[in-house]
Amino acid sequence: MRHVLDWIESRTGLETMVKHFLYEDIPASAGWHQVFGSVALFLFLIQVFTGAMLAFNYAPTPGEAYNSLKYVVTELTGGTLIRGLHHWGASTMIVVVVLHMLQVFIWGAYKKPREATWMVGVILLMLTMAFGLTGYLLPWDNRAYWGTVVTTQIAGLAPGAGPYVQRLMGAENGVGVVTFARFYAMHTLLLPLIMVAIIAFHVYLVRKHGVTPAPGDNAPKKKFFPEQVYKDTVAVFLTFLVLFTLAAVVKVPLGRLADPTDTSYIPRPEWYFLFLFQLLKFFEGKMEVVGAVILPNLAIVALFLVPFIDRGKVMRVTQRTMAMAVVVAAAIGWSALTVAAVRSTPAQTEVDVTLAEPAPETVAWASLSPEELAGLGYFRAEKCGTCHAVGSGPAKKGPDLSGTAGKRDASWLIGHFKNPQSHVPGSAMPAVNLPAAQLNALAAFLLKLTPQTATVLMASPEAAVDGAMVYQQNRCGTCHQVNGVGMKLGPPMNGLAKRRDRKWVEGHFLDPQKFSPGTVMPPYRLSPGELDRLTTYLMSL
Amino acid sequence: MSETQGSDRNLSRRRWYIGAIYGLQAMMGAALAIPAAVYLLFPPKLKKEDHWVETADLAKLTPGTPEEVVFRRDRVDGWKVSSEKASAWVVKKNDAEVIAFSPQCTHLGCAFRWEARTKTFLCPCHTSNFSLDGKVVDGPAPRPLDQYQVKIEGTKVLLGPIRVSPEA
Repeated sequence: MRHVLDWIESRTGLETMVKHFLYEDIPASAGWHQVFGSVALFLFLIQVFTGAMLAFNYAPTPGEAYNSLKYVVTELTGGTLIRGLHHWGASTMIVVVVLHMLQVFIWGAYKKPREATWMVGVILLMLTMAFGLTGYLLPWDNRAYWGTVVTTQIAGLAPGAGPYVQRLMGAENGVGVVTFARFYAMHTLLLPLIMVAIIAFHVYLVRKHGVTPAPGDNAPKKKFFPEQVYKDTVAVFLTFLVLFTLAAVVKVPLGRLADPTDTSYIPRPEWYFLFLFQLLKFFEGKMEVVGAVILPNLAIVALFLVPFIDRGKVMRVTQRTMAMAVVVAAAIGWSALTVAAVRSTPAQTEVDVTLAEPAPETVAWASLSPEELAGLGYFRAEKCGTCHAVGSGPAKKGPDLSGTAGKRDASWLIGHFKNPQSHVPGSAMPAVNLPAAQLNALAAFLLKLTPQTATVLMASPEAAVDGAMVYQQNRCGTCHQVNGVGMKLGPPMNGLAKRRDRKWVEGHFLDPQKFSPGTVMPPYRLSPGELDRLTTYLMSL
Repeated sequence: MSETQGSDRNLSRRRWYIGAIYGLQAMMGAALAIPAAVYLLFPPKLKKEDHWVETADLAKLTPGTPEEVVFRRDRVDGWKVSSEKASAWVVKKNDAEVIAFSPQCTHLGCAFRWEARTKTFLCPCHTSNFSLDGKVVDGPAPRPLDQYQVKIEGTKVLLGPIRVSPEA
């Protein structure tokens, strides 16, 4: 064994290198307060590992990202844990990086000759945030989509550079496939490479200047290994324990598939960006650019230049009142903005699709949104079933639609309806000539079809489907919710039959004021047939 | 306190540090490696139910004459479920018994055809020959033809998953 090790050492010098690394001289005063850098590095490695694990089962396109992530968290053993580690790892990393900077600041470790180490550290903080920002989009659920819409809009506000930054983000024409591809490439290709290079440079600088001694520490130096390595390892372990517990216990939700037409979704950024979000509220109109771009950038520049703003030689905390006051003020400001943002956040009604899904048998028409159910109406009205089988029955001319949910997205389907040959060259399908809202509904319905649910859904009762079509054509969802979809201006429609009788509901449509004085609901001039179908549908919810 | 005692204490503290470093690192390594291995190696939780597909009408089949039927079936592929074209060679034995062969030769997977003249299934690639009940007559094929599971409901022939034949 020794023989082999000697050979490796003589040919590679690995042992010398490791020893050189471990037996570095560090000040006698080094200790528990200097563990944060190692913990941050460890968390980065966790992100690399769990990120690669996720990528093993992830399809990075808007059409499939969501489905594949859903597969990871619902079907793969350990998938939830891996995703949890990656999600909470990001938050933990932000916390630890900030703690690391705080420690360096309080100990005055950014001062001469370590200015460059600090500045490179600030770049690492920015990179960590860039990881958070780009990774946020990748689940492609409503949270991801709408969060990124806001981010890219803010980027567009930058004076002069705005449009170019937006173009760089692939978000000139809104968040879409190009944005997704760029965020994914940044998150998994470019940022990790840059991060590794800059971490290496940061560590090199730490080694070049040595670990900062406490003021007045003139004692003989000690070795990095094993005492400090032990302290670093204990800190890493405790952090890992917290992270692992978070990942195992706190569920990371996966919302509904990103829906650009969902006007009811209220986006909020990740917690560590909430202060920026709240800051925006203080600036209106033309001043918005101040809160959105100028102030944050000034803060970054100030942070970067800390070693030059504070050039005093004193290191002792007690003699640096001004610097400490700045830290305290920043902490209070950040906390106040974050708390205000959290308090102003309405409780989300967003569903978590990773929670136990209803068994296929019970997925019936009643669980569909009115739009989806109306889509079945258009499916029937346009006689799509003439050429397409759905689940059961013999094969037909066109492809079976029972697996649509796993294969297509709404934009593909709608494009295909409008011009079948552009999406499927040589297709014999005629174009579907319906207004946009109805094409949306048709696509929404088809996207509900899986081989397990198709047969049941196709058999939805006519009365309900017809009622849902009336509901959708009259845009009832602008004020009411069914199955959690729609706005909450008026009362939700689920459980209506328990609250009102049929006569009341019918009368209410024709003259709302008579039944609910003061209501903002306008009267609806529905034909007797429409009235009957709509009421039947709503009473059965 | 003698100097030896002092350095003994140092030595045992040093041992404790090193032991703790290795121990904690091993625990973290295991806490990451085990879930990752499970994640990569365990099959998906989704129970793949046997989907039965209606393929042929018993009344329209002639006993003893194989017929190739084409149908669509679902294929579960990771997060995707796709509907794909499949075919089978269906042989009606009598009104209660039908066998359905997977259309691929058990040698190297070529598509075989029915030779009415010799009453065998002939694979054009390496001339494996199979009898009407799927047994190897001659050629390099290592085992009889694979068969679909078959269910008969009324006059409908339903096909389930393919069962691989054991090596001869």
